[in-house]
Amino acid sequence: MGSTTAGAIAVAAEADSTVATRMSAPPSFDVADFPVPHGREEEWRFTPLERLRGLHDGTATATDEGVKVAVEAPEGVTVETVGRDDARLGRAGKPVDRVAAQAYSAFAQAGVITVPKETVLTEPVRIAVHGEGGTAYAHQVIELGAFAEAVVVIDHTGDAVLAANVEYVLGDGAKLTVVSVQDWDAKAVHVGQHNALVGRDASFKSVVVTFGGDVVRLHPRVQYAGPGGEAELFGLYFTDRGQHQEHRLLVDHNVPHCKSNVVYKGALQGDDAHAVWIGDVLIEAKAEGTDTYEMNRNLVLTDGARVDSVPNLEIETGEIVGAGHASATGRFDDEQLFYLMARGIPEIDARRLVVRGFFAELVQQIGVPDIEERLLAKIEEELEASVA
Amino acid sequence: MATLEIRDLHVTVEADNATKEILKGVDLTVKQGETHAIMGPNGSGKSTLAYSLAGHPKYTITGGTVTLDGEDVLEMSVDERARAGLFLAMQYPVEVPGVSVSNFLRTSATAVRGEAPKLRTWVKEVKEAMQRLNMDPAFAERNVNEGFSGGEKKRHEILQLELLKPKMAILDETDSGLDVDALRVVSEGVNRVRETGEVGTLLITHYTRILRYIKPDHVHVFAAGRIAESGGPELADKLEAEGYEAYTKGGASE
Repeated sequence: MGSTTAGAIAVAAEADSTVATRMSAPPSFDVADFPVPHGREEEWRFTPLERLRGLHDGTATATDEGVKVAVEAPEGVTVETVGRDDARLGRAGKPVDRVAAQAYSAFAQAGVITVPKETVLTEPVRIAVHGEGGTAYAHQVIELGAFAEAVVVIDHTGDAVLAANVEYVLGDGAKLTVVSVQDWDAKAVHVGQHNALVGRDASFKSVVVTFGGDVVRLHPRVQYAGPGGEAELFGLYFTDRGQHQEHRLLVDHNVPHCKSNVVYKGALQGDDAHAVWIGDVLIEAKAEGTDTYEMNRNLVLTDGARVDSVPNLEIETGEIVGAGHASATGRFDDEQLFYLMARGIPEIDARRLVVRGFFAELVQQIGVPDIEERLLAKIEEELEASVA
Repeated sequence: MATLEIRDLHVTVEADNATKEILKGVDLTVKQGETHAIMGPNGSGKSTLAYSLAGHPKYTITGGTVTLDGEDVLEMSVDERARAGLFLAMQYPVEVPGVSVSNFLRTSATAVRGEAPKLRTWVKEVKEAMQRLNMDPAFAERNVNEGFSGGEKKRHEILQLELLKPKMAILDETDSGLDVDALRVVSEGVNRVRETGEVGTLLITHYTRILRYIKPDHVHVFAAGRIAESGGPELADKLEAEGYEAYTKGGASE
């Protein structure tokens, strides 16, 4: 087993943030603004570039049968497919690395889902993204008008090489819960950036669930458009033998009096299972009254797995309510198994107990019952596979 | 009446690329309701006996038999032994991340009893058992053994003993690392279980101190991988006065 945990709290006096300067190029919509990564850059050093199937170096060409997208939306929701020049695209943030910029530069059409102001949905919007075995670039915008409320579930299944960005634009007082499930087949590669722009007094809850795929690398990012905004970023991953699952988060407290809470938990099992978690929180000088906490926990179930967990909190003002971070990687080993079995608990139940207990608190916070049930069932399935 | 019979038990362990025999023919019979103290110097194999009986994978049984009510214990997996009525209170209880004490106790009781205890009576049962051991109710929400002090770990072991009601309880150096107050609380817990008359107790200890609180029916001196001498409680007094020297010099192979 390998494990590294590095944490940092930096108090920066200058306007130049190290979160920004650690990147090899400034954010841009144009892929040409990013050099082809060679793997030693800070933002690529954990990622197996050779397994990205050319998404990072311009050699991956979109195919006819890439992914199929099906949207199921309750009444009152507008679902559109728009051209690249649509003015509603690109408002929530620019791509921060070469693959996100590649996706933005290469998509042919974008999806735009709009929940009009003051519309409160009682049923979720469901977006099914099914990989058809090809390569695809995609872009999706989900916008909630002022005081609108919605739950959106984005479900990724099948096999694909996909670079895709998602934007969440929340109007004032809007409430959005979005669940992105990466339940890919074993060979899939999925890289993308999720940008949320949280309006004044709006609440954004993101749940990122990663089970499948060969390589999954996501950038969930949050910025605020006005004071009083809240962001909760929850993540759950189950990294199996040979899988690379990487979640790189940024919460940019760029306006005063906003809150953020980040909790990511992962279980790993099998040789060369590799999970990477980067949690950047930036509290800008003008963001007085910020309240933020971020946490990453990992549970290593077998030998041969590796975790890299790097929380990074950067504070440019002392006028805040609270700021903290935590990261820990624990191990489920033979002695723990013996202890539980010595109390009469069969091996499969012992593993189940440990993993369920580990994830339970997080699963309960999702607030979408059918997703919670599916997650628990999926966790069971992963465990059965490991014991068999 | 439940009986644990150990006959000519030989156990080896792999260490430094070599196989080392630790138990060299242990014979012992423990009946329900009896308390046997096993005393011996460090390295005599006392803990190996405890862990071998519970089925720890580190130890290899190379000879002999162990039966509980005639059933072959050595054929059973670790969890089967526990469900058959064997309980090992460990010297170094293991931390289990992500599992709360309350969840652990209920899962364990469900496995051992063969059915989930009724929630209402169960909550009361746990609460009362914890009170008797002077345990803070908040304890139930902590993760198993995570961040527990030495005394808390031992109380938690005895709490399990009280709740699981085994036929045979093996207490492996339960007294080590306890101050006098904690030792008394833990001993009282053991005595409550003993007073039911339904448990056979194998009390493994280095010190005679715990025997002031838990009175054994039989005392065995363990040395060099086997029982060197057996007697009544008076044997403990002799050890208190003379130490283990008579058993370690010359005859010991380690």
